[in-house]
Amino acid sequence: MSGLLVEDLTYSYGPKTALKDVSFSVAAGRFCVLLGPNGAGKSTLFSLLTRLLVSSKGRISIAGYDLQCQPRAALARLGIVFQQTTLDLDLTVAQNLRYFAALHGLSGKDARMRIDAALDQLSMRERDGEKTRSLNGGHRRRAELARALIHDPEVLLLDEPTVGLDAAARRSITEYAHHLADEGKTVLWATHLTDEVYDKDRLVILHQAQVLADGFAAEIAGDMPLADRFLSLTGAEA
Amino acid sequence: MRLYWTSLWAIITREALRFIHQRERFVAALVRPLIWLLVFAAGFRAALGLSISPPYQTYITYETYIVPGLCGMIMLFNGMQSSLSLVYDREMGSMKLLLTAPLPRGWVLFCKLLGSTAISILQVYAFLGIAALFDITHPAIGYVTVLPALIVCGLMLGALGLLLSSFVKRLENFSGVMNFVIFPMFFLSSALYPLWKMAESSELLHDICALNPFTHAVELIRFALHAQMNWSALGWSALALAVFMGAALLGYDPARARQR
Repeated sequence: MSGLLVEDLTYSYGPKTALKDVSFSVAAGRFCVLLGPNGAGKSTLFSLLTRLLVSSKGRISIAGYDLQCQPRAALARLGIVFQQTTLDLDLTVAQNLRYFAALHGLSGKDARMRIDAALDQLSMRERDGEKTRSLNGGHRRRAELARALIHDPEVLLLDEPTVGLDAAARRSITEYAHHLADEGKTVLWATHLTDEVYDKDRLVILHQAQVLADGFAAEIAGDMPLADRFLSLTGAEA
Repeated sequence: MRLYWTSLWAIITREALRFIHQRERFVAALVRPLIWLLVFAAGFRAALGLSISPPYQTYITYETYIVPGLCGMIMLFNGMQSSLSLVYDREMGSMKLLLTAPLPRGWVLFCKLLGSTAISILQVYAFLGIAALFDITHPAIGYVTVLPALIVCGLMLGALGLLLSSFVKRLENFSGVMNFVIFPMFFLSSALYPLWKMAESSELLHDICALNPFTHAVELIRFALHAQMNWSALGWSALALAVFMGAALLGYDPARARQR
């Protein structure tokens, strides 16, 4: 089973190249970290992976479905947590999740059961009647993660999901995402924080629109801490 | 098929919930045309003599004349309001949720359009109800026959809003839309004065008014309120709907999208 495949992806905003010949693949059930400093091209890559943008050069495949040729089949197998919150703050947690479920064709009892199960997984069930505006940052993130799981996606994309969270909430979300990979989901986790990377993780380092390193985190780090390796790789090129 | 219906229902329900949460929007949407109807029209009727022209078969008061125009005004403002909320959605990120759903983008936009049209029709009926309380009434059957006309006009003006939202990138640019779209469309139309009256003062202005899709929307509503069909108004409104919707689809095409 294939998880996520990116081949020779190039994208430009006018004269400015945001991604240049980016290629990597993530096997099914793997946790892959996309590490890069601000401005490396991570957000552009996420926009392309979620089809908010389309590039004429390169190919993306999600769970075996080509995003260009079969966009709906590919998007149906994708769970996404965007960097910026996409909750409707005037609606309750349950209303937000029901809305999302309906956009994926789920309704009635089936949707209710899936929503309850997703909220249970993230210990958010007791908050389902609360307006999302009243939730703290950590709980909002959990609500978004629960929402991304309702349709049982094969591939999960998380774009800097711990931004603005305190240390405890960051650790909890990071551990939970790793747990999802252990359960068989393919996870792509974008971040610029090296402490969110585990040794066993696949690691793709993106810098100045290109892939700088691609392998297992422990191998790339070698004999120095990953943070130092990351700075030496990106600093030297900066 | 189920995916299409559940998504349509969800998008319309969300529009309705959002509308309920913004009660002041509903009040503002009614106060604006009511001021025109009860204050402006009362003062203006002495200045404007209206001869009998279709669909009217007898002399009418000026208040009766501008009711269809004010129905159009409600829909015009609502179309712009939904355009504003689309730009807001995009800035807040919730638009991403819609655009990454496994649905054809055209369907998503069409659902949005239907939702905003349903809300503007509710507003128009509330307005017609209040106007009736002030004795400004239309033939009873007209309140039924106007519904299809309101659907066409609501969709057309909503599609215009959709098109604008694909170009207007930031909320702060929206006052420009007010100045360059709403006011010219409203004043250069048959909403407040019949086109032959306009021709008396300027042929050029008359021609511009005749080209304005809003004029045709207003005429479609005017005739439908008297249980009559104005085929040319329907044709022009439907054409404008097709053009606006087609251009909006192009505007939301991800291959053409450029991130800020």
